[in-house]
Amino acid sequence: MLNYIIKRLAIAVPTLLVLIIISFLLMHAAPGGPFTSERAVPPEVLANLEAKYGLNEPLYKQIATYVYNVVFHFDFGPSFVYKDRTVNEIIAQGFPITLKYGAIAFVLAVLIGVTLGVFAAIYHNSWLDYLAVGVSIGAQVLPNFVMAPILVLIFTLWLGWLPGGGWQGGQWQFLVMPVIALATSYMASIARITRSSMLEVLNSNHIRTATAKGLPTHTVILRHALKPAMLPVISYLGPTFVSMITGSVVIDMYFSTGGIGLWFVNSALNRDYSVMMGITILIGVLTISFNLLVDLLYAWIDPRIRY
Amino acid sequence: MRIEHEKLDGLADRMVEAEVKGRSPWADARKRFAHNKAAMAGLIVLILVGCFAAFGNLIAQYPNDFTDFTIMGRAAELGQPSFANGHYFGTDDSGRDLFARVVQGTQISLMVGVVGAAIAVIVGTLYGATAGYVGGRVDNIMMRIVDILMAIPYMFVLILLLVIFGRSIGMLFVGIGLLSWLDMSRIVRGQTLSLKNKEFIEAAQATGVSSFRIILRHIVPNLLGVVAVYATLLVPLMILTESFISFLGLGVQNPNTSWGKLIAEGASTMQYGTLWQLAFPLFFFVITLFAFFFVGDGLRDALDPKDR
Repeated sequence: MLNYIIKRLAIAVPTLLVLIIISFLLMHAAPGGPFTSERAVPPEVLANLEAKYGLNEPLYKQIATYVYNVVFHFDFGPSFVYKDRTVNEIIAQGFPITLKYGAIAFVLAVLIGVTLGVFAAIYHNSWLDYLAVGVSIGAQVLPNFVMAPILVLIFTLWLGWLPGGGWQGGQWQFLVMPVIALATSYMASIARITRSSMLEVLNSNHIRTATAKGLPTHTVILRHALKPAMLPVISYLGPTFVSMITGSVVIDMYFSTGGIGLWFVNSALNRDYSVMMGITILIGVLTISFNLLVDLLYAWIDPRIRY
Repeated sequence: MRIEHEKLDGLADRMVEAEVKGRSPWADARKRFAHNKAAMAGLIVLILVGCFAAFGNLIAQYPNDFTDFTIMGRAAELGQPSFANGHYFGTDDSGRDLFARVVQGTQISLMVGVVGAAIAVIVGTLYGATAGYVGGRVDNIMMRIVDILMAIPYMFVLILLLVIFGRSIGMLFVGIGLLSWLDMSRIVRGQTLSLKNKEFIEAAQATGVSSFRIILRHIVPNLLGVVAVYATLLVPLMILTESFISFLGLGVQNPNTSWGKLIAEGASTMQYGTLWQLAFPLFFFVITLFAFFFVGDGLRDALDPKDR
């Protein structure tokens, strides 16, 4: 197990380095420097500016400095557009917001998805099963950027129950629609995966044995069926997490919640490269750590896997 | 009992038929596919949407960049869908004919989906087949590269690419293509590993066929089933990716448009009561994705009957 963790970390570290270097080179390859968009500045001022941001150094040195600062100080440097702020401050402001509704959406998607899938499998070919299948097929074509306007149309414009956007410190009215919009399609996928893997497990020999020896149904399901049926779901959690983080960009944009997605798109439109890079790398770190966590969870649940 | 009888009859029929004229697995698959109602319905929808994209401009009464100044700014009262003034789907808030816009959006979204999937098919198949066939250290290195690229949050890198190299359709193709082949290469590699120890490959090696030709002539044709299924499921994913980026305003730029961009425009004006601006692009987006998913599932069932 320890060996496996070390091996996984050994891949994670170069992955991060590649991500940092790719985004750095991309930024460097951009036509025009970060200051060319502004009104013409005298060459001395430009030189001073470049010196301040370290842009006059040779490329390898810039990369080394950047990597050093990111890895050892978790410092992404200053923003090029918001001169009074560092990338760290921007992330500190936006990330908690994204984390809050993202975590709620993730937990809800998993809980509701798994429950729906399990019941659909237990009551196979009943109205509940058809409902679950119908919902999960339907939600497949309702990604977050389709759900968001539909929700606003229904709950804000027609019913007038919920505010169409904003955050206000994350009161529940402002959370409902972002969470639903983000969670729906993943909830559907999780329900579908749970249902099919649960069906498979319920038809397997050890469940027949458990039923034959007279265990009550709920014990059979909770003690014997649920755990093996969860394995495909767990391996789906990694991709779900990544897609949800990506989806938060749409949510932040559409509901003006002020999370990092909003900062990412705004910095993309403003060509604020250091903010874009900082957020990209942060997401990369999160993605890699979460995937590692999922793999460990998988290994822990499935004792057949030995590394 | 009745069902059992039907099954047996069917089996007997099939055996007789198989004896009379040996059928290729492809003919078999075609038959199974034709019997799958959802998949056939999906296929019909796709053909209709394709016709809409190809011939819609012949029906449209206005070019897609024509601005009707009498309607501009008053779309809510004057821009409703109507047959009388030729705006079948109504107009958007700057007075452009929505029918023509949706035709154009459909063309671009379908094109992104198909081109993205095609790049994935070509690059992913060759890469995966090479890694799987050559094996050993080359395989190891090639697959580590894929692992590393897979762990990168690709939507963010794609947006980074678009911002730095300009937001154009061409760049969108390159960006989506660069990232779409990773899954394909993994699937193909797995299949190749199981193929490469088969006798016909050994025979080819024994007769002195070069590795490159073996991959192209003997491995790749045997992968077509898997690749076809995966490619069909990849097209809607590419469309989703493109729509996602265009929804954010970072993808396709005016005067071009796509479903994602039209949905974004519809979503931003719906509070003024111009619901048709959201409804028409959304309708085409949803039915097309549905159709692709059904066709993909149908193909998988048809080509891999044991996996049902």
